[in-house]
Amino acid sequence: MRLSLPSKILLWGATALTLAFIYTPILVVVLNSFSTSKTLSWPPPGFTTEWWAKAFSNAGAMSAVTTSLIVALASTVIALLLGTALSFALHRFDFFGKSTVNLLVVLPIALPGIVTGIALNNAFRTMLDIQLGWFTIIVAHGTFCVVTVFNNVFARLRRVGTSLEEASSDLGAGIWTTFRLVTFPQIRSALFAGGLLSFALSFDEIIVTTFTAGSGVQTLPIYILENMFRPNQAPIVAVIAVVMILIAIVPIYIAQRLTSSDNR
Amino acid sequence: MTTVSSSAPDRVGGAPSRASLARRGSAFLYRHAKVRLALLLSAPLFWLGLVYIAALAALLITAFWTVDSFTGEILVDWNVDNVTKVLGDALYHAVTLRTVTAAVLVTLIDIAIALPIACLMAKVASRAVHRALVIAILLPLWASYLVKAYAWRSLLSQDGVIDWMLAPIGGESPGYGFEGSVVTLAYLWLPFVILPIFTALERVPDSLLDASSDLGAKTGRTFRHIVFPLIVPGIIAGSIFSFSLTLGDYIAVRIVGGATQMLGTLVYANVGVANNLPLAAAVSLIPLGIIFIYLGVVRRTGALSNL
Repeated sequence: MRLSLPSKILLWGATALTLAFIYTPILVVVLNSFSTSKTLSWPPPGFTTEWWAKAFSNAGAMSAVTTSLIVALASTVIALLLGTALSFALHRFDFFGKSTVNLLVVLPIALPGIVTGIALNNAFRTMLDIQLGWFTIIVAHGTFCVVTVFNNVFARLRRVGTSLEEASSDLGAGIWTTFRLVTFPQIRSALFAGGLLSFALSFDEIIVTTFTAGSGVQTLPIYILENMFRPNQAPIVAVIAVVMILIAIVPIYIAQRLTSSDNR
Repeated sequence: MTTVSSSAPDRVGGAPSRASLARRGSAFLYRHAKVRLALLLSAPLFWLGLVYIAALAALLITAFWTVDSFTGEILVDWNVDNVTKVLGDALYHAVTLRTVTAAVLVTLIDIAIALPIACLMAKVASRAVHRALVIAILLPLWASYLVKAYAWRSLLSQDGVIDWMLAPIGGESPGYGFEGSVVTLAYLWLPFVILPIFTALERVPDSLLDASSDLGAKTGRTFRHIVFPLIVPGIIAGSIFSFSLTLGDYIAVRIVGGATQMLGTLVYANVGVANNLPLAAAVSLIPLGIIFIYLGVVRRTGALSNL
């Protein structure tokens, strides 16, 4: 687009401001995790690595990390199984209610988190009489993670088409052989990207989690939330926050690289 | 046909009987598309239907039950008290109005921030800058929701960064409250607004812009008359996210909102402290209703296919 000079300056200026708006809060948290001030006053009076050492020897924080990893892994497995089956069903077949099924996958993430959270909380506690804990939290996470795998695999299926599979079955391969040798290699990186996104989504989720975790299971976001309001825990929370940024960004970066290198 | 289909890789795995079973299963599935579909659909539909749709329906039903104020047990006693309370009480009116105001403000702020940067990414920047910007914007914004809310808590705090930045000009941080919540929520949902607008802008053909400027239109006029009408569906798609997410949020409001009450915090208070699930369910019907109305209104613009 050809732009006049003033509008060019305006656009670049607005973009620079937006980038500053996006990065300042994150930079502040990173710096605060090294600050010697317990109340996180700004500018930091001095720098120390004391909090990093303390955070990594903090039993509560470490067990929360383990919990989050287990929950994220379990719900990713569920999402991979259900999301893949759904994307094949919706891509390969035409059937009554297809658009409804499509909506059903998106709904858990499209509706406000609080609605999903309280609906599941209510269903588990009053309808099914299930104690909130590991089971309920994994079921809840699995439910809203399905969409990430579904989106990735469905987009891939649409792009690769079915001609290679038809060739495979024309050449005499059965359904299992075709899946193992033709279909699976084609969707492998989409599965990986979808799985990573689902892992990051589950690892980070807080709203639905607070409604389905009960008091016994503490994921990392819940640990952060509970300690955020406590005095003197602020620097340790900052350290964990930085760790969470790293854990969330690395998989998403890899997933992005994977899907964008496929597209080229 | 059958002899060919038991190709070498199939035989390696197991005993002949297993291989033939697999082959027969394969042949059966190959001929019966309906069975294939049923196998693929049954597990996901069972899960989503049982876990999610049943839960939503149950939520609707629970809103018409009541809670025993003495034992805290939920009683199946059909009545509309909760719903009339939620619809009639001045407290719920005020909180609903405040939440909707916040949602509208957040949406407007996000659109205002997203438009220039999306324009630059989609139409102005060179290929290298474009890719760098996409990564620079996406990466930090996909980072943890909680961490970002926490970051704003430390920014807005007393002696925090905002106080420090505004001190030279005699200002101070708005502190924890409604304003802080709006800014934080706008920050949180920004990527969800930038992305659809950016996608819509990328779809606007460059030839239209060239034609417009060849015919003598200045940048502003081209934007108003050519670009803007074409990206309205993208803007609406983005606004659905920021609007719906703001209505449903309660964590960020708890972190940076101080004593500010929103619909989300009311729901949470009724589930947790007050232990009144039926009332919480009735309150949660408000954001649900507002979103369905909003979706119904924007449906006509064709924005839903842009999600």
